[in-house]
Amino acid sequence: MSAPTQHRAWRVGADVDTDQLAPGAYMKFGIEEIARHCLQGVRPEFAAEVRPGDVLVAGANFGIGSSREQAAAALVHLGLAAVIAPNFNGLYFRNAFNVGLLLITCERAGEIAEGEAVTLDLERRLVLRASGDALPCAEVPGFLLDMVRAGGLMNLLKRRLAEGSLPRHPMRA
Amino acid sequence: MSKQTLAQKLLAAASGRAAVQVGEILTCRVDLAMFHDSSGPRRLAPMLEALGTGLWDRDKVVLVMDHYVPEADDESRRIVRIARDWAREQALPHVYDSMGICHVVVPEHGHIRPGMFCVGGDSHSPTGGAFGAYMFGIGSTEMLGVVASGEIWVQVPQTLAMRWDGRLRAGVTAKDMALAMIGRFGMNGGRYQAVEFCGEAVRALSMQERMTLSNMSAELGSQVGLVAPDQTTLDYLHAAGVAGARELELAHWRTDADAEVELHAFDADTLAPQVAAPHSPANAAPVGDYPPTPIQAGYIGACTGAKLEDLRAAAEVLKGRRVAGGVTLMVAPASRRDQRQAQEEGVMDVLVQAGAQVLPTSCGACSGYGGSIPEGANVISTTARNFKGRMGSETAQVYLASPYSVAAAALTARITDPREVLA
Repeated sequence: MSAPTQHRAWRVGADVDTDQLAPGAYMKFGIEEIARHCLQGVRPEFAAEVRPGDVLVAGANFGIGSSREQAAAALVHLGLAAVIAPNFNGLYFRNAFNVGLLLITCERAGEIAEGEAVTLDLERRLVLRASGDALPCAEVPGFLLDMVRAGGLMNLLKRRLAEGSLPRHPMRA
Repeated sequence: MSKQTLAQKLLAAASGRAAVQVGEILTCRVDLAMFHDSSGPRRLAPMLEALGTGLWDRDKVVLVMDHYVPEADDESRRIVRIARDWAREQALPHVYDSMGICHVVVPEHGHIRPGMFCVGGDSHSPTGGAFGAYMFGIGSTEMLGVVASGEIWVQVPQTLAMRWDGRLRAGVTAKDMALAMIGRFGMNGGRYQAVEFCGEAVRALSMQERMTLSNMSAELGSQVGLVAPDQTTLDYLHAAGVAGARELELAHWRTDADAEVELHAFDADTLAPQVAAPHSPANAAPVGDYPPTPIQAGYIGACTGAKLEDLRAAAEVLKGRRVAGGVTLMVAPASRRDQRQAQEEGVMDVLVQAGAQVLPTSCGACSGYGGSIPEGANVISTTARNFKGRMGSETAQVYLASPYSVAAAALTARITDPREVLA
């Protein structure tokens, strides 16, 4: 199991949609370009100033909108350790774990302050505030945690193909 | 056996079980995987290459080029070329290139039938639920898992039954029903559970109108938006050329009478046309609640707002009239087939004579991939989402409404109850 880890929090509000995370106009480009414009409408400094290991702390309904997984992959590209929010859009939730982004469902996420150092304790399902307050989180199903630890579904598929639990199919017609 | 909802029955069939319980995590066999030029080949081809594997069953794959067509620049040309080359290389049997928007073109060709389990590489994939199929949207990496294995996991959802009693009045549509529900429950009110639309008013809807309801269940945040199949479904499939459509099983594909659901009742008789203010579909309110609101542009487009019946609705309002001076009205039909039919019926002529500009049949301005929405304008649109910047302009104020309401606003240059024009 994983030991508790410490992270700096970036705050955003409720209803952050996939167009804010991965704006449509940049969708034709690769993830590097999309990530450069991630959240530009609400936190213009975010993409340039976020540091690997930081966490995003959001209001309700994070990730509403499109199926574009670049909206999660952009945060992985920027090195985010997790997104913490009271709830997530269901399709975004699946996409995040598939691309290796940890999502923490925490009803009291709104109590966390901008820039605060928070500790993630996955084993005890807690977000610990600098003040010592412990915010309870929902359980993440084990197979999804494994997926994040593996770096996403792509790596799990690689593993399954290598060990033979997933048959290979012809690559060309 | 315990009573089962339609969603449970569909998931039981897909997982090879007699019955399933809410909350269980299942592995389901996929009957159909649909994706488009944006979510599909340009992402899937390199990942399959890296894995060293191929498609599990190309007969179950449908590819639609709809997001970057017609190609507006070099990047779009590159993306569409990847899709075309890959379709050839993989000898895909089901490819619809520049024929219209995936959520309309795929059912139009009879690919989605009652009892199927389907996934789509687009968030509006719940549209397929209108046919009594379990269909939902997934991202490209998850689609990679599907095309490599033919399987996907699902957690059996609760069912939120949205029961619409009574009948819609003239000038009121499925889009108004959808906006009213999103206004009431919000964009995550569906909690990624199964929504099932039922009741007399839903039974009375045509297939295209049911598709609008199921499509917008994405904006409710549910995983699927189901309608139990009936004779209307079978007639549509028969017309779409599905062999033996009239003999397809119906009785099994419905929620058992005393299955456990969360029931929400609505009255279709009293439903007024709805308009959602910027910048969320959840800002829906009856059109009469709006103060005088000037409009500079109207957009009739998208899978949820420019099917044949949507075009007919707009024409009903615009027939023999002219769009107000200073208002731009754009029409992007949802599919070539619907556009052709609308042409034959004289519907397209009515729209053009009223002053509408006809845009290519594709996702167009709705996806914000190639914007034609003027900066700073108040826009009223039949599309599904009005997030800030979604349609390609950061400063546009986008209102969502039915094709009746968009056409009425284009005539008067302000938000207008279409029933005043139709009366």
